[in-house]
Amino acid sequence: MNAPRVLIDGWVVAQRNLIKIKRVPEILVFVLISPIMFVVLFAYVFGGAIDAGPGLNYREFLIAGIFAQTVVFGATFTGASLAEDMQKGFIDRFRSLPMSRSAVLVGRTGSDIVYNVISLVVMALTGLLVGWRARGSFLDSVSAFLLLIVFAYAISWVMAYIGLIVPSVDVINNASFMVIMPLTFVSNAFVPLETFPSALQTFAEWNPVSTVTQAVRELFGNVPDGFVAPDAWSLQHPVVYTLIWVGIIVIVFVPLSVRQYVRASAK
Amino acid sequence: MANMIQARGLVKRFGKVTALDGLDLDVPEGSVLGLLGPNGAGKTTAVKILTTLLTADAGQAMVAGIDVREDPQGVRGKIGLSGQFAAVDEYLTGYENLRMVGRLYRLSAKEAGVRARELLERFGLDDAADRPSKTYSGGMRRRLDLAGALVANPPVLVLDEPTTGLDPRSRQQMWDVIEELVSGGTTLLLTTQYLEEADMLADDIIVIDHGRAIAQGTSDELKSQFGQERIDVVVADAHDAAAAARIVNTVAFGTVTVKDRSISAAISGDGASHLVEVGKAILDARISILDLGMRRPTLDDVFLTLTGETVSDSEDVA
Repeated sequence: MNAPRVLIDGWVVAQRNLIKIKRVPEILVFVLISPIMFVVLFAYVFGGAIDAGPGLNYREFLIAGIFAQTVVFGATFTGASLAEDMQKGFIDRFRSLPMSRSAVLVGRTGSDIVYNVISLVVMALTGLLVGWRARGSFLDSVSAFLLLIVFAYAISWVMAYIGLIVPSVDVINNASFMVIMPLTFVSNAFVPLETFPSALQTFAEWNPVSTVTQAVRELFGNVPDGFVAPDAWSLQHPVVYTLIWVGIIVIVFVPLSVRQYVRASAK
Repeated sequence: MANMIQARGLVKRFGKVTALDGLDLDVPEGSVLGLLGPNGAGKTTAVKILTTLLTADAGQAMVAGIDVREDPQGVRGKIGLSGQFAAVDEYLTGYENLRMVGRLYRLSAKEAGVRARELLERFGLDDAADRPSKTYSGGMRRRLDLAGALVANPPVLVLDEPTTGLDPRSRQQMWDVIEELVSGGTTLLLTTQYLEEADMLADDIIVIDHGRAIAQGTSDELKSQFGQERIDVVVADAHDAAAAARIVNTVAFGTVTVKDRSISAAISGDGASHLVEVGKAILDARISILDLGMRRPTLDDVFLTLTGETVSDSEDVA
């Protein structure tokens, strides 16, 4: 019924967030520096130390994992921004206006896509500098980036929910780290799954961070010839499995976050 | 005159704390109701219910003839709210802030822009219009926030402690702005901790404590009933205290209290002329004094009379 309203109001809210990129260059610096840091750090610090297996270039293996990890970490920004708006009474102002009930969240998660696009571009350029190459087709590479953005968008909604339930901005980083750390590290993002003990291995195989990494790795053509294909269905069909997760997250967390927004109110 | 805001028996509990305990209020069209009380009295909770930010556990509220529970979105289109925190985005300019609010009130991009400029000029913010509001003073931010509440020309305006935390000059500016609005016929619900503010702006005042109305009336009614102006005299020599007390007694309303060299009494009627009378009599009696003054009733006095506890005691409880 009010679908166009959501989009108009969402766009107004998104514009507000985008103006901030201009006004607070520190945010942009953070968005730019941390992916560069991740790529360089992992490529040079761990790149030499970890033997990914015979015939496997670890640096190349790593890039997909870094991409996945960075966009997941980046989603914290969504939660932190909402928690801050809540604390400052800004959400109350929005809630007293005759605007769409979901527009603030739609606008927020929507404008955060821009951050993810910027950080992916920066990471890709840095990756190229340290020797990474996309060896698949152009279309495959575009699909890989799109998948990362769609996945990040879904995670944004999880963080939006966390941002609305935490009592203050200070808590958000710790709260989101508890979700993000196990998801990103118990995955194939940085090390091949064979190295995990079996219980963790099962978790890692079905972990969506693993599958998005796997999908991107395949689409970039960064999986070396001799690499043993994993047995799990999730990793055999990483794109489909990842998209299923995106669907589940969106179906669960969009209504959950909107409901929380409607109820939430600064102290 | 129809009531633009009407509430009956509002109850709101947060866990074990009862924030509102059966509050009734009426604000006739074009009038100003001051909701006066200490922190934690339930003022903000009442505001949040009337502006659809919270749902009452019991009771009914109508704003501009619309039930807040049944049609909250309808109510939102009729109200302007300016809260305790100035809800302006500090990274946006004054213009951008108002334009955004205008767009969310469903004005077209062009209308919202025109309206934003209009309001900035009206609130003396035109010079600062294109600066990020981060650079504004506290008073300017509050004015910007108030301007935000007026973007859609709402028939009902709700201001939650509009001057709390402002310096005296900014407070005066804010009062001027609000008075101008009120003279233009806006219906206003105002919460405040300051009797002086309610006195100056409100037609009717409800004193609220622990979530219920404990007194209601015009400012003059409340003051004459619950908090008189007082005269305080401090004599130089304690031996003169009794003589001074007799003089004060001629204008006193109720008992005169004497403690060492200090004499204090509530007075009624025209405080200033009583003060002159007392001063003259003391001078004639050749009593030397250290201090002579008149104290205006404060919320504390009204409170003390109404509840037997001071505002700060009450805050501890809440």
